[in-house]
Amino acid sequence: MAVDLAARVETRTKLFNRVCLGVLIAFAVLWIGPVAWALDTALKPNAETTRTTWLIDNPTFDAFGRILNETDILRWFGSSLVIACLTATGTVFTASLAGFALSRLRFRFRRVLFWGILAGIMIPPQVLIVPQFREFDSLHLLNTFWAVSLPQIPTAVAVFIFLQFFDGLPRELEEVARMDGANFWRIYRRIVMPLARPAISAVAIFAFVTSWNDLLWPLVVLSNPDIMTIPVGLATVQGTFGIRYADTMASAILGAIPLVAVFLLFQRNIVEGIAGTGLKG
Amino acid sequence: MSTTQTAVRPAAGASQPTPRPARADRHGLPAAGFLAPFLTLYLLFILGPAAYGLVMSFFDASLVQSGLGAFAGFGNYAEALRSADFWSSLWHTLWFTILTTPPLIVLALAFALLADRAARGRWFFRLAFFMPYILPSAVVALIWMFLYTPELGLLQNMLGHIGITAPNWLGDPDWAMPSLALTTLWWTLGFNFVLYLAGLQEIPRDLYEASAIDGAGPWQQIRRITVPLLGRTTTLVAVLQVIASLKVFDQMYIMTSGGPNFATRSLIEYVYDEGFTNYRIGYAAAVSMLFFLVVLTVSAIWFRIVRRGQKEI
Repeated sequence: MAVDLAARVETRTKLFNRVCLGVLIAFAVLWIGPVAWALDTALKPNAETTRTTWLIDNPTFDAFGRILNETDILRWFGSSLVIACLTATGTVFTASLAGFALSRLRFRFRRVLFWGILAGIMIPPQVLIVPQFREFDSLHLLNTFWAVSLPQIPTAVAVFIFLQFFDGLPRELEEVARMDGANFWRIYRRIVMPLARPAISAVAIFAFVTSWNDLLWPLVVLSNPDIMTIPVGLATVQGTFGIRYADTMASAILGAIPLVAVFLLFQRNIVEGIAGTGLKG
Repeated sequence: MSTTQTAVRPAAGASQPTPRPARADRHGLPAAGFLAPFLTLYLLFILGPAAYGLVMSFFDASLVQSGLGAFAGFGNYAEALRSADFWSSLWHTLWFTILTTPPLIVLALAFALLADRAARGRWFFRLAFFMPYILPSAVVALIWMFLYTPELGLLQNMLGHIGITAPNWLGDPDWAMPSLALTTLWWTLGFNFVLYLAGLQEIPRDLYEASAIDGAGPWQQIRRITVPLLGRTTTLVAVLQVIASLKVFDQMYIMTSGGPNFATRSLIEYVYDEGFTNYRIGYAAAVSMLFFLVVLTVSAIWFRIVRRGQKEI
């Protein structure tokens, strides 16, 4: 009896799984649709884009060539790359040091600092754009990479990711090293950080992607087209193509390529990094 | 891994208990050194501006004049609370949050449940659903503005094939916000999707096996086991989603410029307009503070509701 029932449940489960898979594939295709359509349009000559069809009579890369020639998109790549690297490096460095201190060292005001930094998670960065703009204006740093990057570096969430990770590491090695006279800097650099690769990559990826895609803050501090980031540059020129839809879509595809390429290479790390950071944040 | 560089010696004293710190601030000096880089930047660029913004909100500060300008007391706040523009942009932000949060939670959960049952090809689904999330907002906006174009747009065409007359997506004040919400659903669903996939990994498999032996079908398993056990993940997803939706700016800034007829201007865009187009930074700072208050209130309320709902399960 029980075996019979279990067998029936199994066939039912198999059928159910088939249906599930079908529905999921349909949605996945729907989700890929917009990007596929953009790519399809970008490969058409501008004249062909007025017909809503997936077929292309004369496929061409001309639209990409025009965007590369007419806009500063290559400069924007450069700006975005410098700013995102600066932000990711700065975030990992400052947050790991702070996380190490909170996890391993005993000092007065430790609890106060812990709660002070934790409270910072609640402040949405958008709230600060007006005073921050004033600040960078008076520092004469508007239209510099520093203006974009510096406010993105101190990230309270990142400190807590490192803190949690360090708390989970065994301490035997460090105690031995302490007895051998190693100072904390040496322990941080030689023992703890090499073990913290997962936390480092999670924080670095999260900081890099967030910085790369940020629009509001760079929009406020960058008005010089020479050092605009990709989102700001694209947002600024988007109206100028008019009905040249192939060109518009080519600019979108070009703007998407760097991160998508990185994503395809490190898919697993990126998904886990962002999910992990979100989970703990 | 370079851990091997550190010599691990079975030192004779290793078994002795480590001496407890005599004073609470035994490591005061090294701690100051380790914390200095973070705290310096944190004070200079987060807490400092936060305090400065609070002060500025009580003055008639202007972008084109240095200094704070004349003291205004609660004048800026009173003006905002009397301003129809403030209330309408607050409503737009809330309306956007209401439109995006439920589908972004329910669909992400549904897709994750379906993907979890797929024996193979999980990387493909992760790719399809998560990739839009890493696209810059400007790229998403360009693609969707084209999809929404009247006459030429793919969406209008596809709906036309099945006999539905498409609305004038971004051009109709009533449809503009739902259109932005649809774009956002496509763009950010992947984030919630991977959070749910991670949550599903933590449910022990033998629970399913045990219930299958008891004759529970897949639908029963989902309803009785999976969804209740995902409660913690749902709380997290919901809170993160509400906060993210309240901060909306990029989509309307690029796709509709807050239009048509200001029908999609969000609160952040209102701050941006007042501060950087009208140069009224004192007023913009006051509106920022009110926005901060809204985010805190809504997340507190939301958190309570979700917590209570969870206890009942």
